[in-house]
Amino acid sequence: MKKKKNVLVACGAGIATSTVVNSALEELAKQHNIAVNLIQIKIAEVNAYVETADLLVSTTIVHKEYPFPVINAKAFLTGIGLDEVKQHIVDELKK
Amino acid sequence: MNHLHFDESLIFKNLQAQSTEDALKQVATALFQQGLVKESYINAVIEREKQYATGLPTEGIAVAIPHTDCIHVNQKAIAIAVLDKPIEFGIMGELDSTTPVSIIFMLAMDQEHAQLSLLQNLMAIFQDRVFLEFLVNEPDKQLIKEKIRLNLLKGGEGK
Repeated sequence: MKKKKNVLVACGAGIATSTVVNSALEELAKQHNIAVNLIQIKIAEVNAYVETADLLVSTTIVHKEYPFPVINAKAFLTGIGLDEVKQHIVDELKK
Repeated sequence: MNHLHFDESLIFKNLQAQSTEDALKQVATALFQQGLVKESYINAVIEREKQYATGLPTEGIAVAIPHTDCIHVNQKAIAIAVLDKPIEFGIMGELDSTTPVSIIFMLAMDQEHAQLSLLQNLMAIFQDRVFLEFLVNEPDKQLIKEKIRLNLLKGGEGK
């Protein structure tokens, strides 16, 4: 069995938008039967997870380069382009 | 679950503002004057917006959801301001791009990682072009209040 992926879910404050995205990802992973470990954080906290994270899903700007892929999650808030973003995330989780 | 404070006094129509900062300051000051947030919230929300923009282009009218850390908040509240003229806000998650925002939903959240259904309901409003147009065009604040409460509080939170 593959290792459970560690997914960082980030926004500026770690309060509002990451809460919505976190819940949407929980649902998405369940739908696709993928076990994930979701970690909701402020974007400023990403550095603490550089060694352990497999994916960063963020509603805010990511200035740095990280060793894992970064996906913009704003579509979960506006609905625009949501299917593509969901597919992108599922593809990353299945890798 | 703490009560969500929201009534006509937190609805602003035809808000005239010189800039993004001015608009944020006016709405945040109203929250402060009602004792819902600490005075520090005003600058904190302005600074947060500079660092992490919250403008969201939608299928129709663009919105913004300025907010900041819970430590500046006394009581969970939301203020809604319809701007006299759209004001450019930075787009959430993008560098150097802006969107002309017509409605500001200023959030005063008193807990981290909570209020999920409230936030989900808010995002559902952003995906409802007709409802956003209603907020811009409807002059009756009482009616706006009732419709917002109905839409935001479904799913059991806030009450």
